Amino acid sequence: MGILDGKVALVTGAARGIGRAIAERLAAEGADIALCDLKEEWLADTAEAVAGAGRRAIRVAADVGNAAGVQAAVDKVVQELGRVDILVNNAGITRDGFLVRMSEEDWDAVLSVNLKGAFLFTRAVARPMMKQRSGVIVNIASIIGLIGNAGQCNYAASKAGLIALTKSCAKELAGRNVRVNAVAPGFIQTKMTDVLAEDVKKKMLDAIPMNRFGTSEDIANAVLFLASEQSAYMTGQVLSVNGGMVMM
Amino acid sequence: MAIEDKVKEIIVEQLGVNADQVKPEASFIEDLGADSLDTVELVMAFEEEFGAEIPDEDAEKLTTVGAVIEYLKGKGLSA
Repeated sequence: MGILDGKVALVTGAARGIGRAIAERLAAEGADIALCDLKEEWLADTAEAVAGAGRRAIRVAADVGNAAGVQAAVDKVVQELGRVDILVNNAGITRDGFLVRMSEEDWDAVLSVNLKGAFLFTRAVARPMMKQRSGVIVNIASIIGLIGNAGQCNYAASKAGLIALTKSCAKELAGRNVRVNAVAPGFIQTKMTDVLAEDVKKKMLDAIPMNRFGTSEDIANAVLFLASEQSAYMTGQVLSVNGGMVMM
Repeated sequence: MAIEDKVKEIIVEQLGVNADQVKPEASFIEDLGADSLDTVELVMAFEEEFGAEIPDEDAEKLTTVGAVIEYLKGKGLSA
């Protein structure tokens, strides 16, 4: 028996890293999972892990920044799994660079995936969730969306935008028993952060009171909490999971 | 099913009101207890059922049951 028995969750960016850990964690608690990423074949490993937990996994490919593609993905999930109870907007990319060298393409690409993608998926699931008078949406923001970061103005803006999207949608949908919250990870060890320079990582570690980087599982546990009835009275909140790096 | 009946059915389902409250002169917000988000959901339900697109500038005028029925009839739609 899991705390998500009978639920259907849709996780974007589920091929690897935090998205994959979230999919596996929700499956371990009994949810069937729709996995979304840019390419279907990238999702094979996650799908296998979900199936290994005894849950159904379906794979849908979509560019999260494309409205028609997102609607088609959500339609497919509803058709195959019957409903969507939980949406996790996790898909995210970085295109780092200093402001003065940041290209319009890098700005647009990050905003499209990280912010517009969440808007499109939220819009697509909102109506069925409103109709069924229940639903949970969890957006994966970032500590960078709270405090900013040199070299990440596009990423920071997208994540701050995601937090504002979270709060607005929470206010709009609360009357329909649809909750919307965000998780703001601190420094989590993934392929996204592996590429950072060693001296940057050292500086980060020094700023973390718990003196370790977070894991994808740390984030998945926070998502599970917000996705379950354990957080039934929470909406519009940002849950920071960062080893104490920022306290607010 | 006649347009009137279909419209009534959708309103009853969407707003959770009794069928006998859904009179032509009934206002969604004043008489049937709808909030602004309910009215948006209603319009989307009508669009879905009748296969029509209802532009926002038309939608904001559809404040009563009768207005919706007249509007859909005027577009030559049927259930």
